[in-house]
Amino acid sequence: MTVQDLIDSGLFEVVHQGEETDRRILDVFCCDLLSIAMSRGIEDAAWVTVMGNINTLAVMTLTDMACIVLAEGSRMDEAGMLKAHEEGFTILRTEEPVFEAALKIHDRL
Amino acid sequence: MSDSLELKYTVDPNDFTRAGEASKRVKKTLKTMGMPPEIIRRVSIAIYEGEINMVIHANGGEITVTVSDEDILMVLADQGPGIPDVEKAMQAGYSTAAESVRNLGFGAGMGLPNMKKYTDELSIETEKDVGTTVTMRVML
Ligand SMILES: Nc1ncnc2c1ncn2[C@@H]1O[C@H](COP(=O)(O)OP(=O)(O)OP(=O)(O)O)[C@@H](O)[C@H]1O
Ligand SMILES: [Mg+2]
Repeated sequence: MTVQDLIDSGLFEVVHQGEETDRRILDVFCCDLLSIAMSRGIEDAAWVTVMGNINTLAVMTLTDMACIVLAEGSRMDEAGMLKAHEEGFTILRTEEPVFEAALKIHDRL
Repeated sequence: MSDSLELKYTVDPNDFTRAGEASKRVKKTLKTMGMPPEIIRRVSIAIYEGEINMVIHANGGEITVTVSDEDILMVLADQGPGIPDVEKAMQAGYSTAAESVRNLGFGAGMGLPNMKKYTDELSIETEKDVGTTVTMRVML
């Protein structure tokens, strides 16, 4: 599945459609603590988290994750939105809990 | 040692909107130089954690990265409060992070342990109210 496929799936609300949406999603990663995500984050994974701020985006870039899915109804803050726009990151969101959101992505891999 | 490349970054105090910039720029540079992905990953993690620590625990600081034929040397110097008990600080899970930064996802107490895990050498020089210098080396 590509990032574009995930966007088009209608599973999640599209907060920001980034660039490189033809990039493949190869895994799902869940974690909210940034220093754990930093060391364990999986390249090309869709990252499901409740942390919607600029630091999430920094970790996403450094670990080469494919996109972010904000779960539990959490939102990306203003600075994060600006950054996503600037750098072309894809951000989705859902009211669902982390596990359910991750499972839905996993089912489509 | 033949020619080595030196990169310098200033980390802004309390500027979360730029936190992670130095590690991102180092990562880009190493990529351009054709460094192996595993080396890039380890260096990125180490600098990111050090950079964030300078933002949330000190008042920003200076990062110097020197790339030579044998290794990548990272020196992160701040003039913050210092680390009272380095041994304790090195323990996984130990954190004095304030509630406000925990709410942003920091404070797992995994930063220094990550820095140790992903580098070949780590040393910390610190003095109360003078500052902290973290020196790390990744062998090539
Ligand atoms: N540059 C520094 N100046 C002063 N204190 C520091 C510095 N770096 C780390 N510390 C102290 O060491 C502790 C452990 O640091 P570490 O990076 O492992 O965890 P953390 O920053 O609290 O959480 P995390 O990195 O998981 O988000 C910190 O909580 C802080 O008390
Ligand atoms: Mg830390």
